[in-house]
Amino acid sequence: MPMVNIAGKEVEVDEEGYLVDLSQWNEDIAKYMAVEEKVDLTESHWEVVNFLREYYAEYQIAPAVRVLTKAIGKKLGPEKGNNKYLYELFPYGPAKQACKIAGLPKPTGCI
Amino acid sequence: MSDMDDMDDGSGIIKKFMFLNRKAPHGTVYALEGLEVVLITAAFDQDVSLVFTDDGVFQLMKGIDSKGIEVKDFSKTYRALEGYDIEKLYVDQASMDARGLTEDDLIVDVTVLSVDEMANLMAEQDVVISF
Amino acid sequence: MLHIVNKSAAERSSLESCLRMATKGSAVLLIEDAVYAATTGNAAAAKIQAAAADLKIYALGPDLAARGMAARVLDGVNVVDYGGFVDLVAEHSNCQSWL
Repeated sequence: MPMVNIAGKEVEVDEEGYLVDLSQWNEDIAKYMAVEEKVDLTESHWEVVNFLREYYAEYQIAPAVRVLTKAIGKKLGPEKGNNKYLYELFPYGPAKQACKIAGLPKPTGCI
Repeated sequence: MSDMDDMDDGSGIIKKFMFLNRKAPHGTVYALEGLEVVLITAAFDQDVSLVFTDDGVFQLMKGIDSKGIEVKDFSKTYRALEGYDIEKLYVDQASMDARGLTEDDLIVDVTVLSVDEMANLMAEQDVVISF
Repeated sequence: MLHIVNKSAAERSSLESCLRMATKGSAVLLIEDAVYAATTGNAAAAKIQAAAADLKIYALGPDLAARGMAARVLDGVNVVDYGGFVDLVAEHSNCQSWL
């Protein structure tokens, strides 16, 4: 699998650019992935990215979009727990983009 | 995470699906594959029952530490099912008894069914998918 | 002789066949799904305990832990790690895996 150099560290990514070993994840990697996805990381993006990492640590999966939306609504409020908000932050899909930035594996059932 | 959000074939028909889990968690890939199928099909909004019998009840054990065999601890993922609106989890009393297990040994809340109750539940399904 | 069993006694007959064939003083190592047989309350526990009178019974620790069974091991069963697995293979002149 391809190796990329991120802030002086060699990390392995899969053919779609997802981090292979999520224990390697750090903020530099998140920033690198964000540039690849053409996402300009703001505090709102970080909130979702960190939420995903916490969700993964607890359940060992990346959630389906509707599950993520509901869970974010519960934790951060209804103004953030909706598709419009999440797609504004990650226009090509929170599944594809936020997970990649969060260093999570390719989501289950994501085509 | 899936961008295939709330897939619906437009028919609006809701069928009763049972996912029957009969294998221990790590010795074969059935348990993990079954769980992934359940998570994916959750998007179809069907009437899903998740059943654990025989060695399948071992999938729900508390206190699993799989670092030593270098595989993911997917027992934690059963706790995410509620968020996927999969709330009907059943275990078979006889299978629990044959393994010295009680509900307190399990990582999620389940309904324990007798053999007759389990048999009836299976008989009333439209589709049974076995792992 | 060292006998190795890796299938659940609730699913396959390999543990039973192994215990039938293992001669006095032999070692039996339970790995993967076979470790459940060596835990309290399991339907196969009585068989293991009876066999432990004539055989040395071992179970692989990482496989027990991965199944949430580390605290439920039967008395008389010796828990070994991967190093212990290697030692058992090295100590015995021959080995049978009950696939």
